[in-house]
Amino acid sequence: MTYLFAHPFAVLQRLGEHVELTVLALVAASAIALPLGIFVAKNERAGRLVLGVLNTVYTLPSLAVFALLIPVLGIGTLTALVALVAYAQMILVRNVAAGLRGVPRATVDAARGLGMTPAQSLWRVELPQALPVIIGGIRIATVTLIALASLAAWINAGGLGVLILYGLQHDDPGRAVTGSVLAAALAIGADTALRRLERRVRTG
Amino acid sequence: MIAGGVPVRLEEIHVRYPGADRAAIDGVSLSIEGGALVVLLGPSGCGKSTLLRTINGLVAPQSGRILIDGREITGVAPEQLRRGIGYVIQAVGLFPHMSVAQNIAVVPELIGWDAAKIRTRTDALLELVRLDPTRYRDRLPRQLSGGEQQRVGVARALAAEPRLLLMDEPFGAVDAIVRLALQDELRRIHEALGTTMLFVTHDVDEALRIADQIVVMRAGQVVQYGSPLHVLARPATPYVAELLDAADSVRRLQLLRSGDAMRPLPSAGAAAGWPHVDAAHTLREALSRLLDGADCVAVDRGDTVAGVLTFDDVRRALAAAA
Ligand SMILES: Nc1ncnc2c1ncn2[C@@H]1O[C@H](COP(=O)(O)OP(=O)(O)O)[C@@H](O)[C@H]1O
Ligand SMILES: [Mg+2]
Repeated sequence: MTYLFAHPFAVLQRLGEHVELTVLALVAASAIALPLGIFVAKNERAGRLVLGVLNTVYTLPSLAVFALLIPVLGIGTLTALVALVAYAQMILVRNVAAGLRGVPRATVDAARGLGMTPAQSLWRVELPQALPVIIGGIRIATVTLIALASLAAWINAGGLGVLILYGLQHDDPGRAVTGSVLAAALAIGADTALRRLERRVRTG
Repeated sequence: MIAGGVPVRLEEIHVRYPGADRAAIDGVSLSIEGGALVVLLGPSGCGKSTLLRTINGLVAPQSGRILIDGREITGVAPEQLRRGIGYVIQAVGLFPHMSVAQNIAVVPELIGWDAAKIRTRTDALLELVRLDPTRYRDRLPRQLSGGEQQRVGVARALAAEPRLLLMDEPFGAVDAIVRLALQDELRRIHEALGTTMLFVTHDVDEALRIADQIVVMRAGQVVQYGSPLHVLARPATPYVAELLDAADSVRRLQLLRSGDAMRPLPSAGAAAGWPHVDAAHTLREALSRLLDGADCVAVDRGDTVAGVLTFDDVRRALAAAA
């Protein structure tokens, strides 16, 4: 960790990149996963197909995904982002769908019976009740993305991985440890904060 | 609160769910008077819920016509239709993330009432179902007992002053004592508002207690439609007789008022030492007093003794009702 105190600004820059990459990927992934998860929840058969495809992507080794994307997108932040978004989809979509499917039949029935349109029922009743499960998905996705973002250094996309990679390649364990410890701390911090949020929105 | 209820007419309704091998509703026609409290009674799976759900458009019939207040409902957008019809279900279906007041405000908000009107209305409804607004307004459903949840469910269904209320086994999940109290409350609310109410149950005693008219159903068809006393006294088929246990005289006594069966007192002061029942009490309660060992029961109207009942009077009333 001595590296941290010797080069605080360099470390801070990598930390910033790491957070930025994770947050950008998370926002983009959520924007895609919400409608996709709603679709999966509402369409049994087509939904299974979507989950199957996402599951396949999820099981691909991450470095292999980077490698596959390089011929198309080149190396750099965009490639890393696309890979991270693809990985997060499985977790996020599955949780959005599970959250929505977990809303009791009777509750949806009541919403429709009182005269809500399908969209009103979704936004006012179903999504608020699915929220704890959805936030749970975001939490797991966040932790996963923080870990995966460490690999982004391989394709020149910055982040704490740069410290780890450089440290390993140049026999500079202090630098590698600094990167690893900060990545771990980031993951634990995010996990704790989101767990707290999850508990706060849980009702009933 | 506005009073009154709309008439409902069903004409030759047929419903078959996709993939089902037989019809869930098999040619049902019914004519329900405005302001009546009609109970749909029958065993589980006979189509009660389905029939209720065709009336608010949650289930679309394959054929037949439904007229509410003389107008066919197929022309109305389903959401529009449902906002004008109260709906209460067994599992209550209160929204767990909303407070009691927010739950009650759902339909008024959908139809665009202003906040002040909604608040006044919410408090009035809580009073109507006997929950103190200051104590209950801001609670979450999980902070309520089963009986309180059902009261809120009823308040929510009545929020936008519907002139038709559909209730699907609303008291199915509460214990027997609370259930009796809720049944009495429902009768009181019905008398106060005059809303047309369609109430589904598989509980014969509940049906007999609350109904103006009972619709007995079997396998998607209506087998009998009439007042509780009529259905009990003249079951249309052996099935109805068995379902209602119509031979059970005590059950019929529950439908007769002491005040209607009593004779005048033979002499003033004759009632000294007799047990008392109220004229509004049923003959079952009078019989119970007689079985406790008395030869005569005094029937009170208010503070005065208005008449007398003996075993013979009870038997005569039972025979006359058959
Ligand atoms: N959504 C549905 N899809 C298919 N079949 C259904 C559905 N709802 C009810 N049914 C069937 O229709 C029949 C009537 O059911 P229902 O109206 O719920 O009866 P009840 O309310 O009297 O118990 C039953 O045979 C039931 O299995
Ligand atoms: Mg039912």
